[in-house]
Amino acid sequence: MLTVQLRKRRSEFSLDLQFSVPESGVVALFGASGCGKSTTANLIAGLITPDSGFIQLGDEVLLDTAQNINQPAEQRRIGYVFQDARLFPHYTVEGNLRYGLQRARQQPVIKFDAVVTLLGLEPLLQRRPQQLSGGEKQRVALGRALLAQPRLLLLDEPLASLDQPRREEVLPYLERVRDQLKIPMVYISHQFEEVLRLATHVVLMQQGRTLAQGDLAAMSLEPALRGLIGAEALGAVVDGKVQEIDEYSRLARVALGNGHVSVDANQLQCGQRVRLQLLARDLILALSPPQGLSVRNMLQGVITRLTPDDRHATLVTVDVGGVMLIARITTSSADEMKLHDGLCIWILVKAVTLRGHVFASGDTRSV
Amino acid sequence: MPDWFTLTATELQALQLSLSVALRSVLFNLLPAIAIAWLLTRRRFPGRLLLDAMVHLPLVLPPVVIGYLLLLLFGVRGPLGAWLQHAFDVRLVFTSTGAALATAVMSFPLMVRSMRIALENADGGLEEAARTLGASVMDRFCTITLPLMLPGVLAGVVTAFAAGLGEFGAVITFVGNIPGETQTLPLALYSALQTPDGDTHAVHLATLSCVLGLSGLVLAEWLARALRRYLGRTA
Repeated sequence: MLTVQLRKRRSEFSLDLQFSVPESGVVALFGASGCGKSTTANLIAGLITPDSGFIQLGDEVLLDTAQNINQPAEQRRIGYVFQDARLFPHYTVEGNLRYGLQRARQQPVIKFDAVVTLLGLEPLLQRRPQQLSGGEKQRVALGRALLAQPRLLLLDEPLASLDQPRREEVLPYLERVRDQLKIPMVYISHQFEEVLRLATHVVLMQQGRTLAQGDLAAMSLEPALRGLIGAEALGAVVDGKVQEIDEYSRLARVALGNGHVSVDANQLQCGQRVRLQLLARDLILALSPPQGLSVRNMLQGVITRLTPDDRHATLVTVDVGGVMLIARITTSSADEMKLHDGLCIWILVKAVTLRGHVFASGDTRSV
Repeated sequence: MPDWFTLTATELQALQLSLSVALRSVLFNLLPAIAIAWLLTRRRFPGRLLLDAMVHLPLVLPPVVIGYLLLLLFGVRGPLGAWLQHAFDVRLVFTSTGAALATAVMSFPLMVRSMRIALENADGGLEEAARTLGASVMDRFCTITLPLMLPGVLAGVVTAFAAGLGEFGAVITFVGNIPGETQTLPLALYSALQTPDGDTHAVHLATLSCVLGLSGLVLAEWLARALRRYLGRTA
């Protein structure tokens, strides 16, 4: 487990945060800009000291103000990837990569050549940081942090300074690191898209406080998330397995609870585990199985919760054979349909968005 | 007809002495200036403002005051001077070492200033990054901070050297005006102006001072630019 409790009071705002997440996987600290995410990162890394706090990773206590334990940053072995890369301008890319490696206190497990291959850094090795694009800089920063042999990788909005195409260049490498190296990751972001792609667990933050925490699927249904990302982006995130691919229509059938949905088969393979998002606004509820509709995806479930969203809309949580979905419908429809907890209902899905592949914690390999 | 182009033995001696005094003052200042510049930019401690003011004092005080204070401290009967004489048999008054000390005190703020500006421009975030990669304080300083402030260090050294060649007030007050021992370029020029027929001397010495000062400043700027380019920032 990674357990974090931090309290820090500053004149402009105060931070009072706690969360506890499994060590394997990626925990995303998600919140709007200015909610104290970067301060949290600096506190975890040990670059600043909290008023009071406790950090434990596995068996080791990195910080416990009550016991007067405070490992200095240079001994914490936390790989930190900064938003602005912070590559050393007077070293080559190779020199940057080796900086942490040379200072590692134990026999390196993560090898130089392996990281260079994993992150595609070979052609960049002799270059200077100022000759790199933004995306390349972040890949080098990621490699440098990994080669310092960290036991935790801390990424503070590593994509925030990049434009959308550059982000798409870096994201696959982050997924590779997540899937191929057995290193716990804390990923700080205010972009929910990135959280969807990478995270296994989510801690929702607002104004220096923890709003909610849990695995990604549970957090995607969390009403508190609605306030952070808005109604349009809200939607259940589910992990499913590709059952079959229809070569003719190029649609992949993905098992989901007691049913299945079809998604664009582009680049998917049979048996692959994928992450899907079903946006709340794309779900239509029906009291009986409808007929003569163009919508292909239809699931049956039981209403577990009704939450008023705003003046016009209601959020309806539905259990589809163990998988939870969330729909946003107008309150007047909900009233007319007499929706209530425990009601059996049909769900029509207008669109399913593929959100990358699933991180399988059992399938980790060391490089 | 006076010879405008050949230097006399006295003039050469003054030049040589000036170079030696300036060089020794710079070497003496180098490490303390780096340490003080680092303290003033990277550390927060009580008395920081006072230290900052003390360092810059020679910039605002009349040089003759500095010379007088040195005389009080390091004079033959001054507390430090007596001790140096007794313990190491070192005498500063009326010696070129004393001239180097007076020059060092005067040029110290110039060196600190130049290094400090370089340190303020060097991103402290890089030191944080080095820290998370396992580098200790000394390690970070040697591998990150010092290389990044190097343009400022070099510029400071060259500027202080050029200024040191021409230090007048503090030197003449502290160690007097002895040809061959403490008579540096400006002191020789001063003496030349006091003598009838000293015009040729005066022209030579003034020209020499101008050339040295100008080359020093140009060299300092050129070095700083070259290094900044090397370190990856635009000049």
